[in-house]
Amino acid sequence: MNEVLLRSLTPSVLGILVRRGADFAAAEDAVQDALVEAVRVWPADPPRDPKGWLVTVAWRRFLDATRADAARRRREDLVDEEPAPGPTPAVDDTLQLYFLCAHPSLTPSSAVALTLRAVGGLTTRQIAQAYLVPEATMAQRISRAKRTVSGVRFDQPGDVATVLRVLYLVFNEGYSGDVDLAAEAIRLTRQLAAAIDHPEVAGLLALMLLHHARRAARTAPDGSLVPLAEQDRGRWDTGAIAEGVGILQAALARDRLGEFQAQAAIAALHADALMAEETDWVQIVEWYDELVRLTDSPVVRLNRAVAVGEADGPRAGLAALAALHDSLPRHTAVAAYLHERDGDLATAARLYAEAARKATDLAERDHLTRRAARLNARRSR
Amino acid sequence: MAKYLLLKHYRGAPASVNDAPMDRWTPEEISAHIQYMNDFAARLEKTGEFVDSQALAPEGTFVRYDGEGRPPVTDGPFAETKDLIAGWMVIDVDTYERAVELAGELSAAPGAGGKPIHEWLELRPFYGVSPTITE
Repeated sequence: MNEVLLRSLTPSVLGILVRRGADFAAAEDAVQDALVEAVRVWPADPPRDPKGWLVTVAWRRFLDATRADAARRRREDLVDEEPAPGPTPAVDDTLQLYFLCAHPSLTPSSAVALTLRAVGGLTTRQIAQAYLVPEATMAQRISRAKRTVSGVRFDQPGDVATVLRVLYLVFNEGYSGDVDLAAEAIRLTRQLAAAIDHPEVAGLLALMLLHHARRAARTAPDGSLVPLAEQDRGRWDTGAIAEGVGILQAALARDRLGEFQAQAAIAALHADALMAEETDWVQIVEWYDELVRLTDSPVVRLNRAVAVGEADGPRAGLAALAALHDSLPRHTAVAAYLHERDGDLATAARLYAEAARKATDLAERDHLTRRAARLNARRSR
Repeated sequence: MAKYLLLKHYRGAPASVNDAPMDRWTPEEISAHIQYMNDFAARLEKTGEFVDSQALAPEGTFVRYDGEGRPPVTDGPFAETKDLIAGWMVIDVDTYERAVELAGELSAAPGAGGKPIHEWLELRPFYGVSPTITE
């Protein structure tokens, strides 16, 4: 049985239950139950109509749960009749679910968890494992999130930008344990792109595909990080690159530039270079200028300083860096790199060691320590 | 079974025998050290004795309550104290002797020159839950 195919039916099944009048929180629980049941039953007895099967089972679960509830709360009249499944367009429901799960009233971690469960069809256990928290904690986070959005009307139009931020968060979590969150984020963004025609959705999908294409090359066999310039470009996934570039070009042609399209454009320029030396840094700096204009983010300015260092030389990069506050994450690492390129190995080694102490990620810390060690070893020879 | 905490210090433990900061090792020595740690954890997972392992960043702050309506006071990063924890591993083993044996193995992780660091690790038993016995 294809679990991803099964999970891809989650939003439309959930949408149908909500359209029939089920409240979101109860419907979501019922759909989870139906998914678990499908995993158990389908291998031996696959249904002819998987979606119809899920709707039937989930609706029955919802009725059972509501009846048990209603017995306590005297709300039996709500569930007497099972309405006929209406011809609701699944695409609209899917989009509404994305909006609901990324609702601005939710904290980022709640929106992420709710999206993975209600749109992605992952179990609470899988989400908990992916984020390395106890299952009970994740269960609480999800049920609190459901309570938070319980008053939100399902047919309210939402903001695509909030949905994209949630999906981008999921993508950047990467992968740990059984669930590949990067691949899941791509799947959910692809599904969103099918539900709504929006250049920034396309831009984010392109960005994810272009980054994901480099994943195999990003880690050495011993688990250490391989920086972009040193990656074996033969290991990049050319299929994903071609798809990402195609999606990006179609989006850019519509002339409604946004930050994800600009980031994807930078990723595409890296993908274009067969060797690191062939990278078109001048064009990359131009895209960073666009990004600064769009976001005015200090992190973007920091990345721009690296690109300037490649396009106009390390001194120019250091000058661009001097304008930025040194409390920015990775500021010290960038300074170390630019000093290394400038030939000042003693300063670079000292800054790499300092950057390692400030790193927020173990793989990055080890990478920076190795860089410091390499320069120290070279200087002592 | 009993749980033990193996504590690793950035600062505060007696100096190890092979005491050199990591950025003075060669990159190969760093890789060998990380490999040793990963292999150690993987082996304990196989024997069913591994519980958890985490590493802590060296930068931190002290926080305390400082009265109603006032923000907590932060003071750090730990400039005044001698003790700075770098990380831990939690193991679940049959005996104290086994815990000591494993701590010894972890302390033998290779460092500069590929030689064991002989780092001092702190071994601390968890409080257990007493089995229900006759009152």
